[in-house]
Amino acid sequence: MKTIKTCVTALISALLVFSPVAYADKWSDQFPHIKATGDIPGECSYEAMSKKNYKGKTLKINTHAVPVMGEPTALHAEQFAKLTGAKVDVTHTPAGDLYAKAMVPFQAGQAPYDIVFGFSNFINDWKRYLEPVPKKYVEMKQMKDVTASHIAIASWDGVMYQFPVDGDRHYLKYRKDVIDNPEYQKKYKADTGKELRVPRTWKEYGEMAAYFNGWDWDGDGEKEYGSAEVMKKDDLMYAAFYSRSAAYSKNPKTPGGFFFDLKTMKPLINNPGFVEALTDWVAATKYVPPGGINFGLGDEIGSFGGGQTLFSFSWDDAFVAAMQPDSPINNKVGTAQLPGAMKVWNRSNNSWDNGFNQAPFFVWGWAVGVAKKSKEKEMAFDYLCFFANEANHQADIGIGRFGVNPFRDADFKVDVWTQIGWDKDIAQSYVDTLAQMEKSKNRVFPLRVPGTFEFNAALATAAAKALAGQLSPQAALDEAAKQWEDILNRVGKDNVRKAYSVGVSMEDNKL
Amino acid sequence: MNFKHKFVFLFPGLFVLIGILIFPIIFTIRLSLSGWNSYTPEMNFIGITNYIRLFTDDPRFWESFFRLSFLSVTTVILQYIIGFALALMVWREIKFKRFFRVIFLIPMMTTPVIMTVIWRTFFHESLGPLNDLLGRVGVEPILWLSDPVIAKFTVIIVEVWQWTPFMFLLLLAGLLSLPKEPFLAAAIDGASPFRKFVYVTFPLMAPISIGAIIIRLIEASKIMDTVFVLTSGGPGTSTETSSFYIYIKGLREFQMGYAATLSFTYLVIMIISLTIIAKVLTKLMIKE
Repeated sequence: MKTIKTCVTALISALLVFSPVAYADKWSDQFPHIKATGDIPGECSYEAMSKKNYKGKTLKINTHAVPVMGEPTALHAEQFAKLTGAKVDVTHTPAGDLYAKAMVPFQAGQAPYDIVFGFSNFINDWKRYLEPVPKKYVEMKQMKDVTASHIAIASWDGVMYQFPVDGDRHYLKYRKDVIDNPEYQKKYKADTGKELRVPRTWKEYGEMAAYFNGWDWDGDGEKEYGSAEVMKKDDLMYAAFYSRSAAYSKNPKTPGGFFFDLKTMKPLINNPGFVEALTDWVAATKYVPPGGINFGLGDEIGSFGGGQTLFSFSWDDAFVAAMQPDSPINNKVGTAQLPGAMKVWNRSNNSWDNGFNQAPFFVWGWAVGVAKKSKEKEMAFDYLCFFANEANHQADIGIGRFGVNPFRDADFKVDVWTQIGWDKDIAQSYVDTLAQMEKSKNRVFPLRVPGTFEFNAALATAAAKALAGQLSPQAALDEAAKQWEDILNRVGKDNVRKAYSVGVSMEDNKL
Repeated sequence: MNFKHKFVFLFPGLFVLIGILIFPIIFTIRLSLSGWNSYTPEMNFIGITNYIRLFTDDPRFWESFFRLSFLSVTTVILQYIIGFALALMVWREIKFKRFFRVIFLIPMMTTPVIMTVIWRTFFHESLGPLNDLLGRVGVEPILWLSDPVIAKFTVIIVEVWQWTPFMFLLLLAGLLSLPKEPFLAAAIDGASPFRKFVYVTFPLMAPISIGAIIIRLIEASKIMDTVFVLTSGGPGTSTETSSFYIYIKGLREFQMGYAATLSFTYLVIMIISLTIIAKVLTKLMIKE
């Protein structure tokens, strides 16, 4: 009997010590942000950083506005300062100005910031001003866990310029309590003759969104709407358009470019595939919440995350926000890959190929680099390594407003998410969605060529004109294509082709 | 006495003038003749290529310019009418005159960007209080910021609210400085308040009115913060103004050379058009 009691006591003690919830160490006492896991041993752990001494040195960081990426940057800066004795100055900048705020001093040969945050598609313009990530960081254990896609996104010609802190892709988010609700399934079938299910195509998405638009379908006394999307011109809307276009335009039978035909460098942006997507999107203005045509990313996160719409698609943030414990729709949401299409444009024979097509969009995400002219490179890389250490990363990915999303193989495990309160089936569908996208052979990667900003801005302006009814979808995209030709002429076709070929190789599964 | 020494005292002022006015203009002109952008960060010389592009291949700039003209003229006219009315109101002996004078100035004393953020929240079509209030009396949500026509008027509302106090202040100062004799003469002649306004107040206020209108037109033609925060130029490009478009080209797309071309052209157009407007207003409002 005594032996059994001893065994039980030992077992309980072991559980208390090793269970993640009960796990506590001196670091999680000081830094409650990592209370769920405590410090996790590694090259850039809290323990490792506490042995560094940067007293008397100042690290200057330019990052995004609070909260998305701005809040974790400031939080980890404060922690880093406490651990190393460094002084860390954090400047917050709106998303639209991040590019210029770094480029102006870059081009003037100055380094007012040691670390600059931006988007991964800036890489081509920024790489000549950034310090490549040193070998010792590239070969670290925490870096080995980063997925191949995100290593490729952070690198150029095999050299890593951006330190991976975030992983991004667009996928579909939906209200599980509606789509899986037998009563609504019956009602939808009776009214439309169609199945209510997770939409497989953009057409199904539109039909369901239109049906569930403008009435109180969750019984909270407020009207709900069909879809929340990023439609505001200067607020990343071009990424939303590429997501809607991928299924219609990324044909696995016609490798050699999604945005341009790599051989001729002719813009493909006004081909019937893109026009079909823009036509769908114009129709979507009828099933977004009032004012939805002006929704930026923050509005989209707030709208879907706050339970206002049936669907949404964009980065992880809205979904993670919806899954936070204080959300009104906690554990009532699901994920799936972006809807597909029942036809895809074949530019080789100028006709539609019928049949189901789906193409995940590995949209650009947050990226960060160290200025080549920085005098504090070592401290800067240590900060970034600390930012992305395992304990911080696990804590960060569970907070929707932080904008830190999965980019490591370890993130694709269900336990990571159930530990922060997600239902097991939702966590499973989430990691399955992300994993399927990683495995897909028909992926689209963001445009990363010289003048990326100009190309995307031209496309966004044209698409915005179509959404506002100023131009038809075809006329809008013809205008965008014409502007892309002009930009190509200014930048030089060969310059763009050389850079674009890297992205095409990734899309064609050659890298 | 050698009077040549006196020129030495002009140098500090001259240096300041060169530094803050002449140099930036010359630098802008030189920059406008270059192709400086994100991928060619150098002051190369490309001649008048940027100007050819502007005059032959950039309808968006001209659309934004005409839109700006509409917005600035409309807002300044409204500001003048409302500002004049308010100034006339507190010019008279009324109760709480000082209180009203302070109240009317409050919008001008607030920070435009912060106030525009508050206005944007107010006008937010699905989450803002205005549509919520309208909904309570059975009015369908109004697309304050996402209808291309209504959005223009929303910008006008915010601008008028923000800057009418400036017009009010200038016109009140003008009213307070008017001589009393013409009004006494009009009173002796038995002129009605309306006739007094038309034949005495308004003509006497004309020089100040012209000054106030021109100052506000110059300011309104630079409208940027309201558009940036409220609509970002949208929906589509329906509220995009010249300064916002120049900002997009220069600091968003990093086409520095082309943005300099737009800026310089815009400066020339504004100098010419404001000179013409001042002359026309003088002719219309000041009778010899």
